[in-house]
Parts: sequence; C-alpha cells; structure tokens
Amino acid sequence: MVKKIEKDQARFRQIVRGKVKKNLKKYITRGELIGKKGKDFVSIPIPQIHIPHFRFDPRKAGGVGQGNGEIGTPIGRGDGEYSGEAGDAPGEHLLEVDISLEELAQMLGEELELPNIQNKGKKNITAQKDKYTGISQSGPESLRHFKRTYKQALKRQIITKTYNPKNPIIIPVREDRRYRSWKVTLEPESNAMIIYMMDVSGSMGDEQKEIVRIESFWVDTWLRYQYKNIETRYIIHDAVAREVDQETFYHTRESGGTIISSAYKLANKIIDENYNPSDWNIYLFHFSDGDNWGEIDTDECVSILENHLLPKVNLFCYGQVESPYGSGQFIRDLDDYFQDEDKVVLSEIADKEEIYESIKDFLGKGR
Amino acid sequence: MNLPSNLAKIKDEIRKHAESYQLDFFETIFEIIEFDELNEVASFGGFPTRFPHWRFGMEYEELSRAYSYGLQKIYELVINNDPCYAYLMKCNNLVDQKLVMAHVYAHCDFFKNNLWFAHTNRKMMDEMANHATVIRRYIEKHGEETIEDFIDTCLSLENLIDLHSPYIQRKPEKKTSTLAAEKDSEIKTPIKLKSKFYMDSFINPQEFLDEQKRISEQRRKEKQRKLPEIPERDALQFLIENAPLEKWQAEILSIIREEAFYFAPQGQTKIMNEGWATYWHSKIMTEKCLTDSEVIDYADHHSGTLMTATGRLNPYKLGVELFRDLEERWNKGRFGKEYDDCDDWQVRKNWDKQLGLGQQKVFEVRKLYNDLMFIDEFLTPDFCRDHMLFVYSYNDRTDLYEISDRDFKTVKEKLLFSLTNFGQPFIEVEDANYLNRGELYLVHKHEGVDLKIDEAKDALTNLFKVWTRPVHLETIIDEIKTLLTYDGSEHSEIEID
Repeated sequence: MVKKIEKDQARFRQIVRGKVKKNLKKYITRGELIGKKGKDFVSIPIPQIHIPHFRFDPRKAGGVGQGNGEIGTPIGRGDGEYSGEAGDAPGEHLLEVDISLEELAQMLGEELELPNIQNKGKKNITAQKDKYTGISQSGPESLRHFKRTYKQALKRQIITKTYNPKNPIIIPVREDRRYRSWKVTLEPESNAMIIYMMDVSGSMGDEQKEIVRIESFWVDTWLRYQYKNIETRYIIHDAVAREVDQETFYHTRESGGTIISSAYKLANKIIDENYNPSDWNIYLFHFSDGDNWGEIDTDECVSILENHLLPKVNLFCYGQVESPYGSGQFIRDLDDYFQDEDKVVLSEIADKEEIYESIKDFLGKGR
Repeated sequence: MNLPSNLAKIKDEIRKHAESYQLDFFETIFEIIEFDELNEVASFGGFPTRFPHWRFGMEYEELSRAYSYGLQKIYELVINNDPCYAYLMKCNNLVDQKLVMAHVYAHCDFFKNNLWFAHTNRKMMDEMANHATVIRRYIEKHGEETIEDFIDTCLSLENLIDLHSPYIQRKPEKKTSTLAAEKDSEIKTPIKLKSKFYMDSFINPQEFLDEQKRISEQRRKEKQRKLPEIPERDALQFLIENAPLEKWQAEILSIIREEAFYFAPQGQTKIMNEGWATYWHSKIMTEKCLTDSEVIDYADHHSGTLMTATGRLNPYKLGVELFRDLEERWNKGRFGKEYDDCDDWQVRKNWDKQLGLGQQKVFEVRKLYNDLMFIDEFLTPDFCRDHMLFVYSYNDRTDLYEISDRDFKTVKEKLLFSLTNFGQPFIEVEDANYLNRGELYLVHKHEGVDLKIDEAKDALTNLFKVWTRPVHLETIIDEIKTLLTYDGSEHSEIEID
C-alpha cells in the first residue's frame, strides 16, 4: 500500500537534496562524509530544515531540568560550529539524510559544472537496457499514450464521418488506444581503472594525507558515477614503490627520500599486465609534496610519462599538496614539459579549502 | 483496523474501571495499526487526513529512523475529538496495550473536562480533512510550489496568535452609531480665554487659535488613521483582515491559524495532561488490571515513561508527581495559612489532618488549571528540593549548557517563564501605517530574554511576503532597544530610544 505520507517524504527529500547541493562546497572541504559512507549511500548531517519563527534564543533563555549535578555541571552541548543554523536547545539534533552516491556525484557534477566524460567508447562489452521507444496497440493502462490515442481516434472518426467540427468530441474506442512500449537495446559498457599514487615520504604529514583522502573520495565518487565498472589500485612510494590496499594507502607513514619515478614504473607495470588500454579508460592520480630527489629522477619521470604512460591513459593528474618541508619543485618541472599536453592536469592544493577548485581542475576536462 | 476480540474485551474492562473512578470521557475509538502507520499518523500530528506538506515528511523520516535504530517508539497517540480517536501499535504486548488504554481514557477525560480545551473544535478530524481538500484544490489551481511556499510562510508566523482570544474580548464592539462617529469627528473650536473685547486679539491671538485648530484636526486624523486602534496580539487575524491577500491566501492563512488554535491547549497543558494520564494509568493498572505475570513488564514500561534524562524535564514525571503531591497535601490538610506559617520541620513532616480532600482536589485542578497556573500554585519548595529541579543556562566559554541554580525561586520563575504564552514571545501589531507609508510595525514585549535574531530576520522576511510593504520589529538586543526592518530587499538593525 502506498502511504499518504510518502508524497510528503519525497518532497522533503527533494528539499534536502537542494540543501546538500547548496552546501556541497562545505561538505567537500571537510572530510566527515568519508566516514559516513556505506555501500551505496552516504549519510549527510544537515542542519534540520526548519521553519523560522519569532522565538527566544535558547542560549539566552536557558531552562529547567531535573536530576543530579552540582552547579556548573554541563548537561548539553551548544551548537558549536553550526552556530546560527542548527537547533541548539539540548535535545535538538542534526538530521542525517541518506543520499545515494550516484546522486551525490550528480550534485557534484552540477555544482562544479563537470562535463560528462567522453570515454573511449569500447564496444566489446555490452549491457542490456530497456528503452521506451516504440508504440504498440496493447499494454498496461499506465503506459497509455494519450496523444497518439487521441490522434488515432480523431482519424477514425473523420474516416467514419462521425466527427463533427462544431462539436469536436473525440471518444476513443478500444482499437484506438496506443501504448508506449520498450525495446531491449544493447549498450556499450565502459570500464575504467584508477591508479592512485601517493608520496608517503617523511615530509608528507597527516594533514597532507587528509587532503589526498578527501580529494580521492570525490574523484572516486565522480568516476564511479561515470563508469559502470571501475577498478582501483593503490601505490605508495618513498624511495621505492609498492602496491597496497586502500586501508594501507591512507594510513602508512614512511620516512625516507622521494623517488617518484619508482611509482610511475610500477603503475606502468600494473597497466601492462592487467589493463589493455584499448579496453580500459585509465586514470592516474598522483599526490606528492613535490620534493623529488634530484633532477635526474625528475627527468626519468618525464620520460616514463611521455613514452609509456600518457599514450595509455585518459588522464594523468598530479596534485601537489603543500608541505612545510618540500621544495615543491616537481610541479614546476612537469609544467615546463607538459604545458600543451591535454592529458596532463596539474593542481596545487595548499589547504583543504582548495580541494574544491582542485577537483574542478582534475575532472573539468571531461576526459 | 478495529480491535480484535481479545483487545475489545480488555478495552471494555478498562473503560468500566475508568468510569468507576469517575473519569468522564468522549466515546473513544481505538484502532490498531502497524508501527509505520503509527509513525505516519504521528507525523501528521495525529490526523491521517491532513493537508500535504513536506514538514510532515520530515517528521516521518525522523520517526522512522529513530524507530529503526530502536531509539524511540511511540506507544500512544490520542486525538482530541468527539469521538476520541486513539491508536495502538500492533506489535505491543498485551500489558502495554492495557496500559495505553488506561492512559488514553484519562487523556480523553482531560480533553473533555479541562476548561482550556473548551473552545477546541471537537470535530477536528472532519475539519482537518476539509482543510486538506481546500489546500489540494488550490494546489491544482495555482501549482504545488506556489502553495507550498505560501504555507511555509504562514507556518513561520503561526505562533503570532493570541492564546486567550477564544475566552475574552479585547476590542470594544465597533460603534455602530454613525452619529456618534460624526460627532467625534467634528472639529472642536478651540476654547477661548475670557477677555474684554478690546483685549481679545491679545489674549486669544488669531495665530494661536489657528494653531490649536490645526493640532486638533491633526489629532483627529491620526486617531482615524491609527490601525489597529489598540495593539493587536492576534497578529495572524490582523493579517487575514488587513493584509493585501488573494482569497486563496487568506483562506490558507485562516486554516493555519485555526490549526494553531486547535493545538495550542495541548501545548498549554502538556505537563498536566500527561501527568493526569500517567496518574490514572498507574492507578487503574496497579489497583485493578494487572495480573501477576504482567507486573514486571508493567513496571519496566512505566518506569521507562517516567525516566528523566539528566538535564531534561519529563512532563509525564513532573505532572504525575505534582498530582500525587497535590493529592497527598489535600488528604492531609497540608495547605493554608496555618501550614504555610509553621516552620517546625518535625511538625510539618507529620502534619496530617485527615481531611481526605485529595481526590476532590485533583479533579478540580484538572478542570480549571493549565500548566502555568498549575506550576504557579502547586510547585512547592519541598517538591522542588525532593525532585532535584534546577535551572540551566548557556556558557559561552565552553559552548555547553550548565546547571546554574537550584534555588526554588529561580527554578519556579524560569519554569513559569518557559510556560508563559506557551514559551513564545509576546509580539503585537502596533501600527499598520507606520511612517504613514503603510508599513507594518510590530513590537516584541521584551520580558528579559532576547529573540533569536537570525531566525527573527527570516521570519520578518516571511512577514513581508504577506504584508508586501516593509515590516519592522521593535525588540531589545543585549539591552539595547533595536528596530529590525526588512524592506523587501535587505535587512537592517537600528538602535532606537
């Protein structure tokens, strides 16, 4: 049974989506959403959408309670960072709403004006999909095509001379009815794989890693929305590179120097072994503080990129986070070499606030 | 769904018990429904037929979530209507159903007999359905967004009502005699001072007379123009009568106003109403209904109802304890001058005149009082101490609400304040032609607590939507008299003297 409340609930959710979209920038720069991600949904705390009233300021009003406690014993929290927005009397709370990752990506796309990705359009893998393209003479009433039915009835009435232009009432009979019908079509399905690479040398601190984490969360969300089938691999490197799982990727802290080429070599190897570039849309994301060990290695990086990686990938993104230790030279070097290369996107991320722009840089190309 | 036969039997039994205690209620119809249906009905404020609005959807989302996490469960839902409607949750066990029924009968008794409910519409079930029909019709005509937007606006102003307007007449009847009005409007010739004719032009100079004439003329005009004549507390009614509203807008605003009045007494008697129902379910269950095997479940559930999270005030608990205290005091004669003046602790403790007036008193109180009067009259220092009441306030430094006082006088004052005008600020329409430009001027009767200013500004924006000319609200912010203004494009905040 469809409940009456469901319409109100649907409307409410629609309003919530509007709110989330409006505050998306705030959500993007904070990491809190990542922890709230389930399989298909993410829980977003939003200030309760309320109708404003002329009412007392709860902070000024206080109130009466019951129970133990000395004078000065705290009994409830104020509204802290949401000040002025959320309800803040004890007991009022933020509303958590579930938003599907797909919707979230959609919002991200709309908000950042991200173009849909023109993928390489592989035709070798296909999926079935129903498309409402046809018209048939029978079908369920819910799919009745009013206009066509009307036209059919009109035609018949004119032919049988029962149509009166002065009193143009059209009465469809059984045979006039037309219904929408669907055809099963085969659609090419697109595959993508992402390799995330991160510098975990001593100069990359927790804050830098947090930025990487947040940024890759959003990149992931977007790419997953664009591709049906996606695989992710993770590489960490200092002076040597190794492949790790996601958990390790975000939580490892090594010390030691930075040899970036080691990661690129490994990435190249992974691609060659498992992912044929003609079947896969390949994305590389590399985050570092840009303090590579010596010019010789930087030259090597450039050469690997130019000769091996770039021909295979859709996009190579390099995000340079700012660290108090690094020289940040690497991004300038890359910029010198790849200024005119469409597949290379470089972005400097000084702090969390810049994640928003950086995502736009990375994904704004629609590749 | 109607009650299955075993519950119907229990219902009849409890009904008889309730009647044997002299409870007097409307015919009560119980329906048994699933938890999600109960959540649905509760989201609509008890009325399954209510008009469509996202606010109810939000309520439902929260209730469903709380229910699915096992945080909260609605046991009972009862509607002030004749007949009374009450909903039972299907998955509750038998002893819970008994308890809820007993609780419900006491609520119905309260609805029927408490004076503050005397003016509520007892056919609200039908009325709400009519409201929904009206609103749906307008949605079809004007589009969903237009109507929703306007309802949001109205709801934002819904607390600008005069709680007592059903009971008293604030405005004098409009004068019907046109003669009197005419006489009123005559320009009085200024009074001349006595003088000899040759002194007249000196003692009563013509310029002065003209000036006087002009002033009296102006006063008369001002008096005529002044709208409202005296400050109007029922701002919603004022808007319905005076704002430039389309017919559909006026009708929707009236609907919102009517529903606000319907729900107002429940806000005014929350402590008493819940206390009363708890008092009786406890009495009926423990004295009549419980079987041996049910005692533990009953005790568990009952204590759950009365549980108070630290820092909150549980109206069930406060209400029932006050009623019991009241009963004991009137049974033992612990009231009046003699008792109040007695300061021997030992004597007071053993005070018992065996008057046995308790039952009579509680029934009298349930008839005549609302929460404000109830607390004002029956909250005693002893009670305040025994039940560990305290005042809390907000601490800037820690961003926490902290216990700030346990003194009886402070607690009582705070509690009374939070119940006055059911916790809403008094806001009156002062002038509908402010600055002679048709602007609306409201005054917040400041009684020590500031408004939440950001929210007040949003509400002003909504008020502007209704009034369509600039709107002003006079209030006090941090002890400075301030005029908040919204002129349709921006907000301003000006100090005034």
